[in-house]
Amino acid sequence: MNQINASDVRKVAGLARLDLPNDQLEEHAIQLEKILAYVEQLEKVDTTNIPPTTRAVEVVNVLREDVVTSTDIRDKLLALAPEREGDFFKVPKILSD
Amino acid sequence: MAIAEWRRQLSLGKVSARELTQEKLSRIKDLDQTLHSFLEVTSDRALADADRIDEARAAGQELPPLAGIPFAIKDNLCTRGIKTTCASRMLADFLPPYESTVSQRLWNSGAVLLGKTNLDEFAMGSSTETSAFGSTLNPWNIKKVPGGSSGGSAAAVASGQCMAALGSDTGGSIRQPASFCGVVGLKPTYGRVSRWGLIAFASSLDQVGPFTSSVSDAAEVLQVIAGSDPKDSTCLNIPVPNYSDSLNDSISGLRIGLIKECFDQEGLSKSVKDSVLEAANCLETLGAELTEVSCPRFNDGIATYYVIAPSEASANLARYDGVKYGYRSEASEDLAIMTARSRAEGFGSEVQRRILIGTYALSAGYVDAYYRKAQQVRTLIRRDFEAAFTKVDILLTPTAPTTAFSAGAHADDPLSMYLSDLLTIPANLAGIPAISLPCGFDQTGLPIGLQLIGNVLDEQRLLRVAYQYEKAVNVMGSSPSGEFIP
Repeated sequence: MNQINASDVRKVAGLARLDLPNDQLEEHAIQLEKILAYVEQLEKVDTTNIPPTTRAVEVVNVLREDVVTSTDIRDKLLALAPEREGDFFKVPKILSD
Repeated sequence: MAIAEWRRQLSLGKVSARELTQEKLSRIKDLDQTLHSFLEVTSDRALADADRIDEARAAGQELPPLAGIPFAIKDNLCTRGIKTTCASRMLADFLPPYESTVSQRLWNSGAVLLGKTNLDEFAMGSSTETSAFGSTLNPWNIKKVPGGSSGGSAAAVASGQCMAALGSDTGGSIRQPASFCGVVGLKPTYGRVSRWGLIAFASSLDQVGPFTSSVSDAAEVLQVIAGSDPKDSTCLNIPVPNYSDSLNDSISGLRIGLIKECFDQEGLSKSVKDSVLEAANCLETLGAELTEVSCPRFNDGIATYYVIAPSEASANLARYDGVKYGYRSEASEDLAIMTARSRAEGFGSEVQRRILIGTYALSAGYVDAYYRKAQQVRTLIRRDFEAAFTKVDILLTPTAPTTAFSAGAHADDPLSMYLSDLLTIPANLAGIPAISLPCGFDQTGLPIGLQLIGNVLDEQRLLRVAYQYEKAVNVMGSSPSGEFIP
């Protein structure tokens, strides 16, 4: 069984872009370990040569005429931005010092 | 009042759309301070919509099928210009610039929007307790949860605050709250109903469906929301049959299978088991043939789901980065810190937990052991159902192992909450339609739900069996009365 500690949680949280405060890492580690331990019952299932299911109901390619349509909600989308400058989404600096 | 009866009374001029809408709005005013089913009530728009229906009738125009029906919409379905929050701090001020296909179809059919209903944050939960804006209470007993994640929609229909509602069902989020609140809840076949404008949780599992107070109403709502949509490529381009016409056809000779594994559950309460078996016997007296069937991998449903759903969620929720819309943290040293801080502050702990599980399951070195393995077991679960449907037409189980549990019952143990979804999850994994409808009450007066599961796109037969049962037993006709139950 995989043991999960606070530093594992910090690593996964980093991958998930979650800046969790230190005092929450331990609690998440306990829960995550419990849930993963439960999920590990799947190891016992023989899945040799069983293909994975990615979607439950088969879908077919949907074709349509290649015509131009206009949704024209550009300004409405920009208006949702937490911070905006002109026609741009504004973000803090991208490269750290 | 059923939708068909309302349509009759409206056409005869016995009651106006405004009167019905006002009645519901005043009921919301009376009850919802306590129940908290709604996150927002759209009174002005509702009355304006109702007036338009009344004017159209006065002008002699033909009215669409849901004309004047007051609806509530789960707050993870986008409504243009009306706040859509997913019960999350992340989207607390989000005003969608577009409308979900399902809600647009309701408005095109004359339905009236009363408001947006509460849910577990991002539909992740089974009790509506993870909402960032406070819990919803069960109208049968306010010490109990309404179920989740669509608890607001279920409680609103049960307490007569609306005539019908929409919810979404990823692992039971329509059926389990329907069961806990004593209403009808339908999860259609995956792809039967468009997901355009449904804020994504787990895209291979999510499906929109109705909450109603009767099976015939569920058929009416499904009729309107089902069908292909160019905006959702997973929405099936297959004609929609008439769901209401065949409700009265006999179910004589129909084969109904009781899934053995469901009735052997340790955690299944005796009152639930007895009530559901009694419902099965009732279907037998209506002419159905009962058999026992086995779905050996049924009990692996939760483990499979708790890999697949969080994995898909971790990818779907990556879009909340504090840049384009949604919550942005004040922290602004650089972009990476701003994003990570926004997500830490904007998401609640259950959503964070699911993101962590999913990210872990998809991370290098674990993806085969967890994600691929779960997808393979998902195939086996599907095959169990395929095999069962060669022997029977409809499957029968309880919807949930217990009646509504107490608020806070699973607060310290998320896994124990997850385990309560064991009976609903397999239908999502297999993409097949399933309905929950009331079949009785436990000793404390809480409703019990019967789950019927159909084969792919077999909603017609599913609704017919449910309708015949409802008509024969009329569970709600002899229900215990409650302070919040009409």
